[in-house]
Amino acid sequence: MGRTLAEKVWEQHVVRRAEGEPDLLFIDLHLIHEVTSPQAFDGLRMAGRKVRRPDLTIATEDHNVPTVLGPIEDPVSKTQVETLRKNAAEFGVRLHPMGDAGQGVVHIIGPQFGLTQPGMTIVCGDSHTSTHGAFGGIAFGIGTSEVEHVLATQTLPAYRPKTMAIEVKGDLPAGVTAKDLILAIIAKIGTGGGQGYIVEYRGEAIRKLSMEGRMTICNMSIEAGARAGMIAPDETTFAYLKGRAHAPQGDDWDKAVEHWKTLRTDDDAVFDRVVEIEAAELSPFVTWGTNPGQGAPLNTPIPSPRNSEDERALQYMGLTAGTPLSDIQVDTVFVGSCTNGRIEDLRAVADILKGRQVKARTLIVPGSMLVKLEAEKEGLDKVFIEAGAEWRQAGCSMCLGMNPDTLQPGERSASTSNRNFEGRQGKGGRTHLVSPQVAAATAVTGKLTAPADL
Amino acid sequence: MDAFTTHTGTAVPLRRSNVDTDQIIPAVWLKQVSRTGFEKGLFSAWREDPAFVLNQDTYAGATILLAGPDFGTGSSREHAVWAIQQYGFRAVIAARFGDIFRNNSTKMGLLPVILDEKVVEHLHDLVEADPSTEITVDLDKREVRVAGEAHSFEIDDYTRWRLMEGLDDIGLTLRHADDIATYENGRQSWLPTTV
Repeated sequence: MGRTLAEKVWEQHVVRRAEGEPDLLFIDLHLIHEVTSPQAFDGLRMAGRKVRRPDLTIATEDHNVPTVLGPIEDPVSKTQVETLRKNAAEFGVRLHPMGDAGQGVVHIIGPQFGLTQPGMTIVCGDSHTSTHGAFGGIAFGIGTSEVEHVLATQTLPAYRPKTMAIEVKGDLPAGVTAKDLILAIIAKIGTGGGQGYIVEYRGEAIRKLSMEGRMTICNMSIEAGARAGMIAPDETTFAYLKGRAHAPQGDDWDKAVEHWKTLRTDDDAVFDRVVEIEAAELSPFVTWGTNPGQGAPLNTPIPSPRNSEDERALQYMGLTAGTPLSDIQVDTVFVGSCTNGRIEDLRAVADILKGRQVKARTLIVPGSMLVKLEAEKEGLDKVFIEAGAEWRQAGCSMCLGMNPDTLQPGERSASTSNRNFEGRQGKGGRTHLVSPQVAAATAVTGKLTAPADL
Repeated sequence: MDAFTTHTGTAVPLRRSNVDTDQIIPAVWLKQVSRTGFEKGLFSAWREDPAFVLNQDTYAGATILLAGPDFGTGSSREHAVWAIQQYGFRAVIAARFGDIFRNNSTKMGLLPVILDEKVVEHLHDLVEADPSTEITVDLDKREVRVAGEAHSFEIDDYTRWRLMEGLDDIGLTLRHADDIATYENGRQSWLPTTV
């Protein structure tokens, strides 16, 4: 019987297999940031251990960093960032600190350097590590104990999850994006639907997505409960990688591509679960509640609550069932994050904002300094500023309440990030997850709006 | 890691589904670089409400957290596990857990117990009717005992053994350092390095 992509990549990384034990998996790339690593480095120090493979490890500062120029003012945040610098220096780990041209959100910098490649195993103390699966590897988030384990051994003991195929049939209609698709998928299978699975996204609509779009899809796998999401590599993947700083070169490139082409699910492979989605039925999709599964098409009313959790969510969000989603007024629009902070996202926003003015406070935050430079080279920053939006430095920004970019209690946002949990963007803040295109149109009208309705 | 064999205690019924790790401990608490003091951040937004279950004297001293389905979804923050443990809980019982949270729990010796949704509902009813109800979580026998009933739960042999012995994963893995070295020697030369 054939094997799935996930099974192939998994098998290629088994260091040791023994009856009744989890597999010991080799980890090809370990991404580090300041939040989930300090206690792990402390653990190494206490046990007198070293980082086994600093050459497979890379660190950046992202969660705590302010997105306006200047030092970190919060002393606790500052200590955390300084701790990472001290640890990286002591253990010999490459670090891209604030102000460095390579700095950015951890899941943006891996792909942009060409460090994220097909068939690799990639981990990070961050649940959105699933992003990297867009290149056809197995990438998943881990906790601090496992961060320490990978630092010390470059491996992880793990049981292979079950496999799920999400088959997106047909073509996405014009104006429907990768973000709309993944929000619709999460609403369909639920926040727990992917628990225990590695998801492989397949089908025509997925094949037609750019690498940026594929990363958006895989990024939010965890919001459906799946630790990892992946997409088989193809010409789109190879074209994205070619020429990047850490991509193979010369003969190595040819050898790598030859291997990468084998990384696809065999025709006779069987998934443990298959979910089918008709792309043609989709339209711009937004969330109305406090988990990413509580979403609906933007052109529909807020649905009636199905249970006490929905009721609680509506109460927190200050919303009433039956209100058209497109009537919801927002105070703030946030464009950025590891979900939608890449150059293609910024281009889409600029296309809509060009020649228009924003009505809501609008933060546009590039996912990395390289994305920022590219956007400025293309003149996107001028479009944003002329429209009245704020153009910021790279970082996680308003995706989570760890840096100065937060919502005030009761404030409402349209956000291109990945989580609408209670208080995620600041205590008492109310978040609607949207695509970059809907975010831009919403900035223009001040209420949730699809670009087609401008 | 603390070893876990069997534990008896009272429980706090947290009747909410989809409790994500941002609720268990909001991001603002994640700035600490130490491993201690996270109990203050446990459910910190919800604890501002005097009616919140953790604020009720009747449940003071409870050591088992009775949760709703899909507990611990979202972020990979192990701080969520630390906060629950440091507050005094030894086990969490739920019908479903977020994968990363469950994994993190087993690394720290906080036992995640998966029981059928109906059984968890029943335990909620029992504890709400009588907050002094004692629940025993027996990892050795893989069962939860309460009020003369026994409900078995599944956990793989290896994780159970590791929890019962309180073993540190890194130490176990380093016994296989030779296997790791052999694997490393066989890796493709074109795979990227960060240097």
